[in-house]
Parts: sequence; C-alpha cells; structure tokens
Amino acid sequence: MQADILASPLRMTMTPTRATWLIATVLALACTAFMTVGLSGRIGFILELRAVKLAALLVVGGGIGAATVLFQTVAANRILTPGILGFDALFLFIQTTLVMSLGGLGFATLNTGPKFLIETGVMMVAASALFGLLFRTRRADLSRMLLTGVIIGVLLRSLAGLMQRLMDPSEFAVVQSAMFASFNGVERTNLAIAAVLFAVILPLAQAMAGRLDVMALGRRNALGLGLDHDRAVLGVLALVAALTACATALVGPISFLGLLAASLAHHLTGTHRHAVLIPASALLGAAILVIGQTVFERVLGQQSSLAVIIEFGGGLLFLTLVLKGMLK
Amino acid sequence: MTRPFIIAVIVLTCLSVLSLLIGASRLDGNALHLLTISRAPRTLAALLCGAAMAVAGVIMQQLVRNRFVEPSTTGTTEGAMLGLLIITLIAPGAPVIVKMSAAALAALGGVAGFLALIHRLSPRDPFMVPLIGLIWSGILGAGATWFAWHADLVQYLGNWMTGDFSGVLAGRYELLWLAGGIAALAYISADALTVTGLGAARARALGLDHRRAMQLGLGAVALVTALVVVTVGAVPFVGLVVPNLVSRLMGDNLRRTLPVVALGGAALVLGADIVGRLIRWPYEIPVGTVVGVAGAAIFLWILNTRGGHSHAG
Repeated sequence: MQADILASPLRMTMTPTRATWLIATVLALACTAFMTVGLSGRIGFILELRAVKLAALLVVGGGIGAATVLFQTVAANRILTPGILGFDALFLFIQTTLVMSLGGLGFATLNTGPKFLIETGVMMVAASALFGLLFRTRRADLSRMLLTGVIIGVLLRSLAGLMQRLMDPSEFAVVQSAMFASFNGVERTNLAIAAVLFAVILPLAQAMAGRLDVMALGRRNALGLGLDHDRAVLGVLALVAALTACATALVGPISFLGLLAASLAHHLTGTHRHAVLIPASALLGAAILVIGQTVFERVLGQQSSLAVIIEFGGGLLFLTLVLKGMLK
Repeated sequence: MTRPFIIAVIVLTCLSVLSLLIGASRLDGNALHLLTISRAPRTLAALLCGAAMAVAGVIMQQLVRNRFVEPSTTGTTEGAMLGLLIITLIAPGAPVIVKMSAAALAALGGVAGFLALIHRLSPRDPFMVPLIGLIWSGILGAGATWFAWHADLVQYLGNWMTGDFSGVLAGRYELLWLAGGIAALAYISADALTVTGLGAARARALGLDHRRAMQLGLGAVALVTALVVVTVGAVPFVGLVVPNLVSRLMGDNLRRTLPVVALGGAALVLGADIVGRLIRWPYEIPVGTVVGVAGAAIFLWILNTRGGHSHAG
C-alpha cells in the first residue's frame, strides 16, 4: 500500500506545520461551540457537565488518533487499525469474562478507579498478546494477517455471545451497557486517571518520533540504519495497547475513528515525519469527536447516533482505501 | 461409495438418534407425540438447514472462484435480513411465502453488491475477497440495525441474526424442505458447477452458458439463504468450513464431494444444536452462537495452515 493513496493538490499549498496549526484552530473553535451553543438555565451547572464530557471527547479522540498513526507505521500499512484487528471484540470479550467471573453485582460494585485500572491492564496484556501473535505471522503476507485478525474478532465476539447467553438477565444488562461507546456519564475518577496516562504516553510517543520515521522506511532499512527494529516494534505496540485500552475502557469501542483521523492526518499534512503526524492525528481524532458530538447533540438533538455514524463513515472509507489499494 | 461418505453417514445417524433422545422433557407415556411434534421436526430442520447451507457455500465458492466466501461473508445473509425488515414494516401480516420472496430478492441484491465490489479487484489476492465481503456484510448489518432501531424491530432482527431451532415444531419448518430440494438440484448440475469454477472463458470454451450458470447459481444461493433466515435465523460459517475441510480430504470433483459436503454440513449443524441443548440443560444455547464459535475457530485453523496457502484462490 503506497503512502500517496490520498494525494491531493490541497497539501501542496500548506506546510505540514501550518496544517497542524489549522487543525488545532478548528479544534479550538469546535470546543468553544460545544461549550457555548444552546446555553440556558443554570449556566454554571451545565458548563461543568459539558466540561467533563468535552474532556472525555478530547482524551479519547486524541488517544485513538495518536495510537492509530503509531500502529500503522509499525504495521507498514495505512488500512490497519487496532479496531479492525479485533481490538473491539477483545474489549467485549474481556468485559463479558469479567462480569461472568465476578458476577454482575460484584462487577458493578467494584470501585470505579481500581476497576478501570484492572480493565485497562487486562486489555493491555491481551492486546499485546494479540498484536504480537498477528505480527509474528505477518512477514508472509499482509492480507492473510488482516483476515486472521478479523476472524479472531468474530471468534471473540461469538465467545462473548455464548457467555452472554449463559448469564442472568441482570448480568447481561451490565454487559450490554458496556457494548456501545457512550460519552454520557463518564466517571470523573477514571477520566482523571486516563488523562494522566495520556499525559505520560503522548510525550513518550513524541520522543520516539525520530525512531518511528526510521521504522517507516521498512524493517530492512531500519536495521541497516542501526535501529533494533523488533525491539522498537514491541515498544511502540506497548504504547498503542496502552492508549487504545485506556480509551476503550473509558467510553467503549469506536473502531473506525482511528482510521478516519490517521487518514486525514496523512492527507492534510502530507508529511512522513511523525513529529508532525502524531499531534496532527491526535488533534484530528479529538476534532472529529467534538464536532460530531456538537452537531448531533446541539443541532440535531440526537444522543446516540454519533458512534453509529462514525462506524458507517469509517467503514465506507475503509472499503475505499482497500479498493484503491487493490487498483494500484 | 467413498469412505468419507460412509463415515459421514454413520456419524450423522448417531447424531440423529442422539438428537431424538435429548431434550428438556423425558420420553415417557407421550413419547410418540413428543417425537412427531417436536424432536423429529427439529432434527430434520437441523439436517436440512446444515446440508443446504453447506451446498450453498460450495456453489458460491465455485461462482466467485474463491475458497473463503459463503452467504454470511458476502452480504447475502444481511441482505436477506434487510429484506425481511422492510417487508415486515410495509406488510406486517404478509404470508410467509411473500416474506420469503422479499428476503430472497434482497439477498440477491446483497450478493450483487458484493460481486460489483470485487469485480474491480485483482483476483491475485484471494484473502482480500472475503475481507471485502465481511466489511460489506458489516455495512449492510449496521444499516439493518439502524433501521430496526428506528422502527422498534431490534428484537425481530435478533431472532433472524442468530439461528435457533428451539422454536421448530411440526408445521413450522417445512419451508426448509425446499432448501433441501435446491441442494439436491445442485447435485444434478454438479458438473456444470465444476466447469463454472474454471472461469468464464474456459467455461464458455467447454460449451457452458456461463452467464446463465451464474444467474441460476446466485439465485439458488439467495433462495437457500432466505429460506434458512426466515425459518430458523442465520447459521454462519457452515458454507465455508465444511467445503474447505472436505476439499482438503477429497479434492475438488464436485460430483464426488457434494454428497459428503451436504452430510458434513448437516452433521455440523445438528452437532452444534445438540451441544447447545446440553451445555446448560434444560435451557438452550441457540445453534447460531455455537456454530459461530466453532466455525470461526475452524476457519482460523484453515486460514493459517499450509493447506490454506496452496489451495487459496
């Protein structure tokens, strides 16, 4: 898959840094709109509610956007995202297993802070195992790995379905509430933990930007340039697993958001330098969520459709990318 | 009579007897009544459904010339569900035959969309075909879910999405005989199917009307899928794993392998139904869920062993 699938005349007119600043400005405007449109009644109370939601949108969008760029560089492919390789199904599977083993009541009464940390931790370990497994078989051919990832997703989903059939209805209700991404009612403790984690991980990723640029040249070139490629891959995958696990544990699965953000970031900045790409993609991920939520909640007055629309649009983009890649 | 055929017959007989003996209530005074009203129809439904879906998978694989396609990875099943949703909305009281026809038409639409998508695809990469099919199915499925959500029909959709034999009674499954009949017709035209699998140019050179064969074959697949979805709900992966396993054992001469494929599909579905009935007796796990787990696991194995490599495409 070549980098220039989405080549366009637009980016010729803008330097990468300027494009990033433009995205940041759009995001700032979107945040202002989100906070201020349709304010009435007890303004202080509403602003506080909105601020928490906005923080969740920013953290999740930024985390997933950055993670996807890292993941795509390691995978040497612009179509792959953690979500497409079965991460969402893994999340569902782990949620179901936790409810199953702890019982619905035990699961619901766990302290939110520790529960969040446990979920994130379990998912990080499982995701590293899954990605590691997939990447070991990758050398041979990419499409087989993709299909394997998708089918592992189907398998995990079916297993989760099987366990859900064995549960009490009350336990099932607990699982069901975790199945769809929702930004309403995000726990503030969890949000704080996630924000701190992101504040640690994003600079780490940014610090690796130079190494990532070398990795993007391919394994052989990277080795030739003196980079311990396999070890670097493991390090990046750990960061990806942490970011994605954290975001998913916070609000639930949004599989195609990362694909949208990363594709747009490559398209708008037109650079291969990760020092620009990582922040651009993080900003874009956050901007997509904030704009989408503003439009749906304030303008259209709908609560639940954002996740569905992102899935739908992202799915179409995925198909387009696959087909364009095939035509090359 | 090949050896795999004889083994399949023996396995199937044992499973059928087991299926007749297992259930929530005991076989006592009313045994005959229970058997004729519930157990026998249920066993027959599982056999017919498994055989028909496995054969539909083979037909699909020959027409598309790819080993990894079947109705649930090409948008056919999701198309049938969409059709059912729409007809349920327009005419809730329509007779089942009308609903079935609507589902079959929509299933045909689903598979036509899939074919249009892969038409632009280079056939060099056999794994991309099912991948695109899965995404296409996902988009259709998301559309169906969204639609059902707005029309308050999510529960109906759930029934069609997961195949389940627990509602099968005498008088409620007979449409499946039609699916079985279509599978039998496929055996009569096995040679034509084999030739179709060689590709359009070679098929024409051998004197086959390739276009017509495609139309008939796709029509048969859509009809079988619609029949199964209407009567018991979707049963995924049967059409994919059974033909692949059989072809590893016996090669690709459909005249020889089709009967084994049909028996194997029947055995897989009936076996899954029995497991679903036993796993949490006296409650039941739907067959669609059990087949989903088993089928995905077998598919992964097929995909990542050496055989999948050399046979792909």
